[in-house]
Amino acid sequence: MSTTSPKGAAFDWSDPFLLDDQLSEEERMIRDAAAAFAADRLAPRVTDAYLNETTDPEIFREMGAAGLLGVTVDDAYGGVGASYVAYGLVAREIERVDSGYRSMASVQSSLVMFPIEAYGSEDQKRRYLPKLATGEWIGCFGLTEPDAGSDPAGMKTRAKKTDGGYVLNGAKTWISNSPIADVFVVWAKSDAHGGKVRGFVLEKGTKGLSAPKIEGKLSLRASITGEIVMEDVEVSEDALLPGIEGMGGPFGCLNRARYGISWGAMGAAEDCWFRARRYGLDRHQFNRPLAATQLFQKKLADMQTEIALGLQASLRVGRLFDEGRFAPEMISIVKRNNCGKALDIARMARDMHGGNGISSEYHVIRHAQNLETVNTYEGTHDVHALILGRAQTGIQAFG
Amino acid sequence: MRILIPIKRVIDYNVKARVRADGSGVDLSNVKMSMNPFDEIAVEEAIRLKEKGQAEEVVVVSVGVKQAAETLRTALAMGADRAILVVAAEDVHQDIEPLAVAKILKAVVDQEQPRLVIAGKQAIDNDMNATGQMLAALLGWGQATFASRLVIEGDAARVTREVDGGLQTIEVKLPAIVTADLRLNEPRYASLPNIMKAKKKPLEEKTAADYGVDVSPRLEVVTTREPEGRQAGIKVGSVDELVGKLKEAGVI
Repeated sequence: MSTTSPKGAAFDWSDPFLLDDQLSEEERMIRDAAAAFAADRLAPRVTDAYLNETTDPEIFREMGAAGLLGVTVDDAYGGVGASYVAYGLVAREIERVDSGYRSMASVQSSLVMFPIEAYGSEDQKRRYLPKLATGEWIGCFGLTEPDAGSDPAGMKTRAKKTDGGYVLNGAKTWISNSPIADVFVVWAKSDAHGGKVRGFVLEKGTKGLSAPKIEGKLSLRASITGEIVMEDVEVSEDALLPGIEGMGGPFGCLNRARYGISWGAMGAAEDCWFRARRYGLDRHQFNRPLAATQLFQKKLADMQTEIALGLQASLRVGRLFDEGRFAPEMISIVKRNNCGKALDIARMARDMHGGNGISSEYHVIRHAQNLETVNTYEGTHDVHALILGRAQTGIQAFG
Repeated sequence: MRILIPIKRVIDYNVKARVRADGSGVDLSNVKMSMNPFDEIAVEEAIRLKEKGQAEEVVVVSVGVKQAAETLRTALAMGADRAILVVAAEDVHQDIEPLAVAKILKAVVDQEQPRLVIAGKQAIDNDMNATGQMLAALLGWGQATFASRLVIEGDAARVTREVDGGLQTIEVKLPAIVTADLRLNEPRYASLPNIMKAKKKPLEEKTAADYGVDVSPRLEVVTTREPEGRQAGIKVGSVDELVGKLKEAGVI
């Protein structure tokens, strides 16, 4: 099979660097299981969900049953206990269908289950993780505020010490899943801890806690987004995540989510690329397929190149993650690059589809609209550039 | 009851097959391979029988190249209990013919003593549709092929078969061979936790020589060709011209 020939081997245009070969048998099986789930359960409902701006909470139950929530979480708490590469592969397959569905899963896994597993008490882990893994409970993550976006340390949400616990006041915004969430991981400055940022796990139904939906989004419409409003929300001491203090808490979660996004964005980009190629071969103008033109082929080559490079980079960062050798700056490179490139690819695919490209039937404009968000959330394209600029000059250009 | 499921690693049904330059067969280098879809149906049926309490153990077996271990793992992740890999070829392009596979399976059956063998009705790569039948002949067991429904009743299997005229229901005494048709069930997907658990399930590796079976080919592939491409049609301007063309073609 691997006989060396001076002519080289056959080129697989859809997997130029044989990414498949670089995955373990288990990783390939996980990838295939996620792909089958996405094609069978997510793809048939995405267009309606997007057009009508509806999120079916049942999707969490279905993802849970397939084992797609908490991929890296210990199986003792209901997770899968698989690698970060496996987690990335799952994100890629889900986002091949829609960035909103991937967002729903990313938030649950990286921003809710991860902090509870990494920073939570044994009681918190036992109480929350199994139900989050099955999707019976839906989680959300409250960091961003109306006046604290790229600068989350400027948050205004406060936790004041009371006799048996804390009282929280503040407002969070752009929170994925919040209107349908049962579990809220919220970050607040705590007076009792010298004003340092601490994490709290709140439960739906607590007095003073509400989560209104943000209406009118023209991007990520299949994934519900809301606010978290806290008005004198009283919680007991055991709502505090004991294991972390300071901005390292939320950043630890975001590192994982951003890494997953770098894979996910490539899934959306691949879908756009495959669709553009197919369309170019099928659509005839001037008595020949669009794909017979040099401009069209040049665009396909650009897509193929960026996707092949982006996937290799994410795989490398994933392997380093699994070896415990990742640095947050590496994640800035792949998150920034892959989201920005995916957005370019989706816009290009929209263009290559001509007028049909604006129809939901051809899916590429939905990806392009979604990727506007993906390029912005979890650290904008520019803010990740500043992180990388700081890393090589020692000079912080923000803050 | 123990159920044995033979499975074959084949070119994935989504892959557009290409013929090798020398015409010896389909090019399988760097091509996605999967479990034969009819075998997937057979595995699903066995797992369902186990879930209903009608079987205690589901054993999967594959005869082929080493890489078939991955296909067996998929069956284990679906819910099979253990696997046997019989390595009979080194080159992915070497297809083991049905008679050799059936002889190896007979030896596995002698060892494992299953009460039921469920096989896919055929493999989608070469469409031989022979292994299940040959195995039944070698064992002297009853066979119920092309099953669209399978009910175990005491010491017999009641099998509904899809035949040309409709559905035929027959009863075979156990032990027996059943071959699975498309509509027998819809196979499940392996969940991620079950994929992880599959790693710990036993996979025993054997060789064709362990069973004393000669797998050298008895058939000679003379040539393999891509299907003929369709010729472009022509447009006619009138009914008269159409009739003329049809007469020219000798069809009217």
